[in-house]
Amino acid sequence: MSASNTSAGTMLEIKNLQKHFGPIRAVEDVSFTVRKGEVLGFLGPNGAGKSTTMKMITGFLAPTAGTARVCGFDVEAQPIQAKKRIGYLPEGAPAYPDMTPAAFLDFVGAIRGFDGAELAKRVDLAVARAQLKGVLHQPIDTLSKGFKRRVGLAQALLHDPEVLILDEPTDGLDPNQKHEVRELIRQIAPEKAIVISTHILEEVDAICARAIVIAKGRVLADGTPEALEKRSRWHYAVSVVTSAAEVPRLKALWNGHPGVAAFEAVDGEGGLAMLTAFPRGGVPMLAELGRMAREAGIRIDEIREERGRLDEVFRDITGKAA
Amino acid sequence: MRNIAFILKRELGGYFATPVAYVFLVIFLVLAGVFTFYLGNFFERGQADLQAFFSFHPWLYLFLIPAISMRLWSEERRSGTIELFLTLPISIGEAVVGKFLAAWAFIAIALILTFPMWITVNILGNPDNGIIAASYIGSLLMAGGYLAIGACVSAITKSQVIAFVVAAAVCFVFTVSGTTMVLAFFAGWAPQAVVDAIASFSFMAHFSAISRGVIDLRDLVYFVSLIAAFLFANAALVELKKAG
Repeated sequence: MSASNTSAGTMLEIKNLQKHFGPIRAVEDVSFTVRKGEVLGFLGPNGAGKSTTMKMITGFLAPTAGTARVCGFDVEAQPIQAKKRIGYLPEGAPAYPDMTPAAFLDFVGAIRGFDGAELAKRVDLAVARAQLKGVLHQPIDTLSKGFKRRVGLAQALLHDPEVLILDEPTDGLDPNQKHEVRELIRQIAPEKAIVISTHILEEVDAICARAIVIAKGRVLADGTPEALEKRSRWHYAVSVVTSAAEVPRLKALWNGHPGVAAFEAVDGEGGLAMLTAFPRGGVPMLAELGRMAREAGIRIDEIREERGRLDEVFRDITGKAA
Repeated sequence: MRNIAFILKRELGGYFATPVAYVFLVIFLVLAGVFTFYLGNFFERGQADLQAFFSFHPWLYLFLIPAISMRLWSEERRSGTIELFLTLPISIGEAVVGKFLAAWAFIAIALILTFPMWITVNILGNPDNGIIAASYIGSLLMAGGYLAIGACVSAITKSQVIAFVVAAAVCFVFTVSGTTMVLAFFAGWAPQAVVDAIASFSFMAHFSAISRGVIDLRDLVYFVSLIAAFLFANAALVELKKAG
């Protein structure tokens, strides 16, 4: 089907994508690839260029420079071939307000080349997946934000596309609905290449195998959520809960450990305090710090190793770009 | 081709899903009647023809067709559905033609609903039904011309008000370009060839030629090529917006 695929399994290939609106450089230089079975989280502050990049991938905007290939088809040179293989949920999940979800899905299905029993089967499946049964014959205009979003999802999934581009798919959904959408994405993920833009960081942890952070139109980080967390100064940090009086002793003691870079102490209730030791070299030190405290006879109520904090990494990375 | 049919069906259904279609049809029919009987002196003329009816069509279209065309692209752009529409596997040409044909079919429906007029004049006398049929065809072609202009203008802006006003203004220019008012403005300084060219752009001149019962190839070519030119410009504008 696609001749120009270089590496096996690559379904989406973005190369040096740029988009300028007059003097505004919305996207400066974005490159990445997504393989079959991969869910890519697309992160960035508002105005970072996430939506603009997605609009170029789906052929709604023409890039100023660079290319986007979907299953080997260049979106600009072979738009119809590329668009056939994409399911797209645009930002805000727009849909024709006067239509009912049933009529809307029929229209999209017909354009996607289905008719008769096949169309009915596809619409049924999409309706079941997006749980739209109860509102099928109400004008989309009258639906809640959550249902509108699900109509958009059903539309994107209708033709079982190889590449899914979802611009904030869980925005405006309640926690249950968010959970359902994530479950749905997890279910279909093995057969597809999926790109999800979001600014909900827990979502990245929950469903994305890989995350890209962009700001000011550039890719600033690209890796697994764990790899991103490792960039955090909280990664491998050790926190203890102890009595406030012990904090100076503990600091003095741990200062002798070569891995400790800095401390942060927060006073709590009832004479307790929390002390955090931040690592210098990204090496685990929980066991050793715990042993040192025990041997010195310092009372410790609780000790734990911190994970990296994605939100902090995110702020750190994108803040530098600003 | 299949895609054009699907787009046409969806768009046309869209008109009737809202009060827009019914309001438009009622206003169109009422105004057509008012123009014919009061301004056109249908009865006083004492002739069994629909001249009084057709002669006001350009003025009727001048305001009513921009009201139809203004939403074609502006509405999609304002509500964001254009992003969905243009990322479907359709060509821009199919999108432009499908939307145009849907609006044109809607106006054809409005025109067909004026059939009691035709019946009335046949009851009152013995009109030349060939002329009336030709006039209907001419009127529909002219409506297509107004519509193509309006659709093209609608592709420029997300504001329906701007789309309406600009389309009405451009349509007005095309309507009156053959009148002495306009021609006299150019006749003083422009070469005769330019004046003739401007005169030949007039909707009125071509429409009145057809509504005399003569379907001249030149008049057909005029309307068809005008529609084609504006739809082509429409597609080019949609493509241009894609470049941002």
